[in-house]
Amino acid sequence: MAIHKKTYACYAGPLTPEWSRFLVPARYAFEELRARRFFSLFLLGTLLCPILCALVIYLRYNVAALKALQLDAGRWVPIDEGFFLFFLGFQSMLSFFVVAIAGPGLVAADLAHGALPLYLTRPLTRRGYVLGKMAVLAVLISLITWVPGLLLFALQWSLEGAAWAARYGRIAFALLAGSWVWIVVLSLIVLAISAWVRWKPLAGAVLFLVFFLGGALGNASNELLRTHWGQLLNLSHLIGTVWVRLFGRPAEPGAGAVFFRVQARGGQTPEWAVWGMLIAVCLLSLALLNRKLRAVEAVR
Amino acid sequence: MGPLIELDGLEVRFGYRRILQGLSGSFSGQAIGLLGPNGAGKTTLIHTLLGLVAPSAGTARFGGFDIRRQSRQLKAATGYMPENDAYIASMTGVGFVRLMAELAGLPPEAAMERAHEALFYVGLGEARYRRLGTYSTGMKQMVKLAQAIAHGPRLLVLDEPTNGLDPPARERMIKLIRQIRASGQARLLISSHLLRDVEETCDQVLILKEGRIAAFCDLDEERRTHRRWVELEARGAVPAFFEELRRFALEVSWMPNGRGRLTLPDGLGTRPLYEAAARHNVQLVRVSYKRDSLEELFFRAMETPDGDS
Repeated sequence: MAIHKKTYACYAGPLTPEWSRFLVPARYAFEELRARRFFSLFLLGTLLCPILCALVIYLRYNVAALKALQLDAGRWVPIDEGFFLFFLGFQSMLSFFVVAIAGPGLVAADLAHGALPLYLTRPLTRRGYVLGKMAVLAVLISLITWVPGLLLFALQWSLEGAAWAARYGRIAFALLAGSWVWIVVLSLIVLAISAWVRWKPLAGAVLFLVFFLGGALGNASNELLRTHWGQLLNLSHLIGTVWVRLFGRPAEPGAGAVFFRVQARGGQTPEWAVWGMLIAVCLLSLALLNRKLRAVEAVR
Repeated sequence: MGPLIELDGLEVRFGYRRILQGLSGSFSGQAIGLLGPNGAGKTTLIHTLLGLVAPSAGTARFGGFDIRRQSRQLKAATGYMPENDAYIASMTGVGFVRLMAELAGLPPEAAMERAHEALFYVGLGEARYRRLGTYSTGMKQMVKLAQAIAHGPRLLVLDEPTNGLDPPARERMIKLIRQIRASGQARLLISSHLLRDVEETCDQVLILKEGRIAAFCDLDEERRTHRRWVELEARGAVPAFFEELRRFALEVSWMPNGRGRLTLPDGLGTRPLYEAAARHNVQLVRVSYKRDSLEELFFRAMETPDGDS
């Protein structure tokens, strides 16, 4: 349909593959985020810790630099599971803030003025829509957590040698698996909040409430009911417990890193219960999304 | 031209409420208008045909696609302009239309090109870089049309396209719909409360009442039929004048007060009527054709008992 002709004409050109359609909303979401200067700066800021960690690893093996700086590498923290667990915890905390900025508008913008039916009258399913929106958060969190984590692991491997990699091989798996547990849980919670709370600042606040109020509720119910099961309401405890197990550290109170720490003694909230609760949180978020993401609101 | 809509015992329930009650029939036409009072099931029928609502019984085909088994192909071939607001306030007009075109499967470059073209086509060329949240009601209606046509679908579903438009904007919308129909490239299903909108844009009309089909008619045929009916009032040598009319009219009936009604054969205009009046020196006080055919049809359908279509 040429502008000068101004007549209607069907499109007969090539089409993109159907499987790739879920990437379209993701790409547009990234374009919108890129235009927000504060967000871009914050995202860049999350690279500071990986750069510092890389510097620490590099300096440990650079004798000339150590001598020049008069530093004693022997007194530095060892590069082991604890180092990478701290790295994952710190970066995941940053990713939480990034998601709190980027996530609330992802679904809310489509629901606010009824644009969702337009998505779903295209060859895009609700599953594809959710997958597309999740992809945005998954890429962001990945760039902050496991991607730099694995790069650091590779750097340490290259400097220390294959023996170190063989001894600490589970770190790579723990980084990847631990990050993906965090990605799936956090993304689904944020999308569900975004679908139900359309005002972005409020949705961000609700995300903080879910994360921190759960801990308070858990402690309160533990005190009232004289039990340890209340910790299952504490997302920090759930994620911390999973990570500690993945990194092969003892599940003691306080184990973990930054926001993500084990709150109860190992065995008091068994691993199956922790996994069960995480799955329940994901299913609840999916149910909330399913309730809200409908092309047509049927009045029964 | 194959049928646009084929319904086979289509039934839709929301809980215990039957919204569509076993609709059946095959309906052809370049542009079908969907009429009915509030709650008749027009929008539910549209949503069902688009695959947004699953039928509780029966099935249907829209544009040749089975709504149950060929949902993806159907969606790829359809452009939909919903009744209510449908936009993303923070996006520009061109960004939004481009996004919708890409979701329909167009590559980014083609989507961008056609988004610009569609916005120029609907008259939003100058406003295409403004955020949609700043658009007026009429502009939002137009951008809904633009997103529906940007990917060049061969089926277009327009739900209340003139909702909230002032008279000039309504005229523009009607003109655009007529242009799309005239292009012959897309078949249209238009739902509206406004009989005049449907009359001006559609060839066929499907009238729903309480979830059932109350009537289906070919508007062109109706127009032709009614064009042949003439009511007139004459003064002067009335008997001789009406007797002469019998020579070319199919039916003539008249009363001594000069009022009469006649049916003209196909292809015959009204010129012989005026010539006969001139010959008999008759003054024609009133000559009228039945113009409100759709309104009559609609009210007749509304008076029909349920299911007696």
